[in-house]
Amino acid sequence: MTTADADVVGPDRPAPLEEEQIPGGFAGLYQRAWLNLRTGNLGPIPIIVGEVLVVIIFGLTATNFFTAVNFVNLITETAGTAMLAYGVVYVLLLGEIDLSIGYVAGIGALIVAELQLPGSSVQMNGILAMLIAVIACAAIGAFQGSIVAFVGVPSFVVTLAGFLIWQGVILNKLEQRGTIIIQDRWINYTDAYIFSQWLGWIIAAFFTALYPISILYKLIVARGTQIAQQNWLLVGVKTLAVAIASFGTVAIANHGKVISTPLGLPLAGVIIVLFFVLLTFLAKWTTFGRHVYAVGGSAEAARRAGISVPRIRVLVFAISGATAGIGGIIFAAQVNSVALTFPPGNLLLNAIASAVIGGVSLFGGRGEVRGALLGALLIGTLQNGLNTLNVSNGWIYIITGLVLLGAVMLDTFARRLQARSGR
Amino acid sequence: MNVSANGTPLLEIRGLTKSFGSVQALDGVDFQVQPGEVMALVGDNGAGKSTLIKCIAGTHAADSGTVLFEGHEVHIHGPKDAGKLGIEVVYQDLALCDNLDVVQNMYLGRETNRFQVLSEAPMEQHTSETLASLAVTTIKSVRQTVATLSGGQRQSVAVARAVMWNSKLVILDEPTAALGVAQTEQVLALVRRLGEQGLGVILISHNLHDVFETADRITVLRLGRDVGIFDRRTTTQQAVVEAITAGVPTKVAGLPSTAEAPA
Repeated sequence: MTTADADVVGPDRPAPLEEEQIPGGFAGLYQRAWLNLRTGNLGPIPIIVGEVLVVIIFGLTATNFFTAVNFVNLITETAGTAMLAYGVVYVLLLGEIDLSIGYVAGIGALIVAELQLPGSSVQMNGILAMLIAVIACAAIGAFQGSIVAFVGVPSFVVTLAGFLIWQGVILNKLEQRGTIIIQDRWINYTDAYIFSQWLGWIIAAFFTALYPISILYKLIVARGTQIAQQNWLLVGVKTLAVAIASFGTVAIANHGKVISTPLGLPLAGVIIVLFFVLLTFLAKWTTFGRHVYAVGGSAEAARRAGISVPRIRVLVFAISGATAGIGGIIFAAQVNSVALTFPPGNLLLNAIASAVIGGVSLFGGRGEVRGALLGALLIGTLQNGLNTLNVSNGWIYIITGLVLLGAVMLDTFARRLQARSGR
Repeated sequence: MNVSANGTPLLEIRGLTKSFGSVQALDGVDFQVQPGEVMALVGDNGAGKSTLIKCIAGTHAADSGTVLFEGHEVHIHGPKDAGKLGIEVVYQDLALCDNLDVVQNMYLGRETNRFQVLSEAPMEQHTSETLASLAVTTIKSVRQTVATLSGGQRQSVAVARAVMWNSKLVILDEPTAALGVAQTEQVLALVRRLGEQGLGVILISHNLHDVFETADRITVLRLGRDVGIFDRRTTTQQAVVEAITAGVPTKVAGLPSTAEAPA
């Protein structure tokens, strides 16, 4: 490795403060890490450390926590919240908020439940029903987004109204019937479908390959320019980390057995990773994503640069609606029904907390989709672990709240450190 | 610079009117810029300078009046239209996104892409080249966020962004307002270089020293009207100051203003 490594392309490169002096290889990797640590550029490290700590603590204290079965449960429980949190990231990136997602998720679940209802006049294939539901939820989001974008009503108010309206619609629909049972297997698969063991390995390999492929693409685009190449050691370390995460997940999932039925990778887990990849790609690799960050950073600057700010707002709220719809379907599939109690628990607040714990700024322009996944995993693990310890709901809320507070405070301190070091 | 007075103006504005409610911001303004000319636009606060450039840039729609670009009548309905014609504006408050890096800001709204997928390396390469060609050497890395840049560096990025797009007319709104002495000199040198390269430049400034150092001609606005066009070589700061503070419109409908009329 040469000194040219100092000019690594891409979002992972450290700030330019002292990087001219950073050599390649192990020494460079170490210096880079030290520089980032010193200047408070921690990235996702604190939340990963937190997750590991939580796993260790519950692994030691709760008897049923550290099992493959519970691991699969954890994935399926977290999936719905993570889906909603992805949408929250996009909305927060604009500096907006969407309070309606909990009940939009409910609308999504309600639509699939109605459309698959055996014996009804509209009964249709579950896949088609899910497609219609997600499109409808995206339309709801786009509608709310248009009011924000074109009428100029603050998103807090618009989506608060949405919160009430969609809750009302669900109440009206379900008050008489109580619960609609979902029998369609495709819909129920979104939560409970288990891949065979070898298919799980193939999926792990597929997701592992995505990161090196993305680096390869960057190299192809950089052909003919003098942009310095990647630090291959860093690429290697990251590829290894992705591989450990994907293959590790499949290994644990494959290891589980319920009575004598072998478990495996649940489809819900694949869905959240798939959308994580898609939405990260959209945010970081496309012009649309770039414009989302720009509008969140300075809507006026974006407008002057010729970006249609209303268009971005409407599309982002449509994404928020769509991810809420998908999350809602996963939640409905978990219990094979839609009931008046939908959405479960503190869905809206958990989703927003996930994104915020994951380091997404409430003021727009800063944050990443991966934050939502990591945040949702942390909250999910915490709540799952406390449940296995038979801790009361009250304490679960209190502890979740404290973790949220701690994460945001840590982020604030890190930001101050960054500001001081001139980043 | 040798500006041909008889050639087709790069930009010509006739009788531009714009009001905000009861406030008449522009009242029949005539204005023109020749190619390769640095035209200063001066006037007191509220004279209508910003409104005029916002009308040119498409940020505001004029109530009435004609805009000719390279001799053809044009209708500019937004920044995109202006950009297509080759009109670029560097605003006073810079209009950069703090959370994005230098490359991302330079290409904002016009990202190099293949099927909407960003091509980062060519953008980074071209940004570095543009900054180097403008002798902007203080920015260490084009991948640092704009939030970390100094005021002068931000101004450099904003000017570089305007120049990068093969523009024909660059509008600079108070480009030196926030800068130190050395940085001001750099930016003024940059402004002159733009004119020498054949671009039309509209320089808005309160600082007559800057104006007399760079401009070829000076248009004075007062209370929403143009009250005189001065040739820098044949006028004095005194005359311009008088026009700014007490100038009256000298033109008669249908006739060119006296200051501009051929001798």
